[in-house]
Amino acid sequence: MALKTELFVINLGPLHPSTHGVFRMLATMDGEVIVELEPVFGYLHRGIEKLAENRTYKQNIPFTDRMDYIASMSNELSYVMAVEKLAGIQVPERAEYLRVIMAELQRIASHLIAVGSLANDLGAFQTPFLYMFRERERILDLFDMVCGQRLLYNYMRFGGVSHDIPDEFLPALKKLLKHFPGFIAEYDQLLADNEILLARTKGIGVLPKKLAISSSASGPVLRASGVKWDIRKADPYSVYDRFDFDIPTGSAGDCYDRYRVRIAEMYQSIRILNQAIEQLPSGNVLNKVPLRFRPPVGEAFAHIEAPKGELGFYIVSDGSEKPYRFHVRSSILINLTALRDMIIGWKLADAIVTFGSIDICLGEVDR
Amino acid sequence: MTLALAGSEAAARLDKSLAAGIAGLNPDSLLVKSEFLFDIAAFLKDEPGLNFNYLVHITAIDYCDYFELVYHLVSLKHNHSLVIKTRCTDRKTPTIPSVVSLWRGAELQEREIFDLMGINFEGHPNMKRIFLWEGFQGHPLRKDFTDGS
Repeated sequence: MALKTELFVINLGPLHPSTHGVFRMLATMDGEVIVELEPVFGYLHRGIEKLAENRTYKQNIPFTDRMDYIASMSNELSYVMAVEKLAGIQVPERAEYLRVIMAELQRIASHLIAVGSLANDLGAFQTPFLYMFRERERILDLFDMVCGQRLLYNYMRFGGVSHDIPDEFLPALKKLLKHFPGFIAEYDQLLADNEILLARTKGIGVLPKKLAISSSASGPVLRASGVKWDIRKADPYSVYDRFDFDIPTGSAGDCYDRYRVRIAEMYQSIRILNQAIEQLPSGNVLNKVPLRFRPPVGEAFAHIEAPKGELGFYIVSDGSEKPYRFHVRSSILINLTALRDMIIGWKLADAIVTFGSIDICLGEVDR
Repeated sequence: MTLALAGSEAAARLDKSLAAGIAGLNPDSLLVKSEFLFDIAAFLKDEPGLNFNYLVHITAIDYCDYFELVYHLVSLKHNHSLVIKTRCTDRKTPTIPSVVSLWRGAELQEREIFDLMGINFEGHPNMKRIFLWEGFQGHPLRKDFTDGS
């Protein structure tokens, strides 16, 4: 005789260590299995899109830092590219290279947190996470050198970057790049064949290829589902067409593949960084832009391959000093569209892992 | 490089039955009538030569006289892109057909537009506020929004 069960609702968050910020999920459970899931957003909504309409274009650069604060450099890059496209501003070649260097360092820093916190969600409490933070610290030291900030950089400008790199930057970066592949390999060796990690991530939280495309997933989430789509290759921006690198993809679209894609992407970022250092030209890093900067009437959309996915800015100008409309194509919010499909039918513990494997930052989801 | 299709290029490849839905051609976009939006979007997605299988993003802009909705589409297969726009002049209960049944990626974005711009998406499975709380008055991204102070 089948046991009679009753559905009940578990509230996860908004303040819960495994939700990576203030995110809330309402899970309807049948015993240990989730039968319905409702994500609740908005706990970190600051109205950035509205605030930006009341500030000048330049004042909005530090605002973009505060979206995905794990990857501020990428946010700035995407925003300044959109405004440069709108106003037709040229960027010096050296600045383009510096932007690529910062964006790729930022990708490694962001992936370190993603991988570290995934291990945290799996129960490897804090140890791998702090290993990752130790290495990330070295990247933050480099950012500190170029702009004096460790989290919210305010480094990119329309027409270039705010400062040239100091003399000690390149030697420090070269040293870091030499030591980094060994570190990733060591960490990967500890985790990739770990029985617990395999049991908890293989075949869990599967995002099928078809749904990944239909739900507009991007970044490592899309690529882990077997879609070879990377904006750096598909629609190259800045000077990415001058570098030789591969796009790592998965096949199963499960949590394990998302982990593998991120590890593989870090190696590719190191490849790009090594080439960028080699090709780095000399020259100025900032073209002059009028102090009272007014782009012509029009609209522009620019997108980049940010660490967490496709990040785009859609800017509409009415010819004044302030943007008429400032829209963000948030990679993370859109990556969460299929969350429900990925979690339903799994146990609660798997939901935490699946959620962690998407790699989110509420600053960008809620804006 | 993703090839951006001009409005006229896309219009020329549309089915004849949909020609009545075209409201304007811009060098960088195709303006369609809102009542034809869903059919045109479905055609753009399913036509093998166009195959816009990936919705990059949707956004809405308040131009005071009308709302403009902007859809950025990409074909992962052909690596080309297209921008389609549609307009809605009704400020009281602006309504636009939902494209969630074509691209699931529209689900949270349409809710965001509903929340912040106050545009209803007909056919959306779960049309409610996403960032602001139930009971919040007004839609902040509208140009005539005031917080009452």
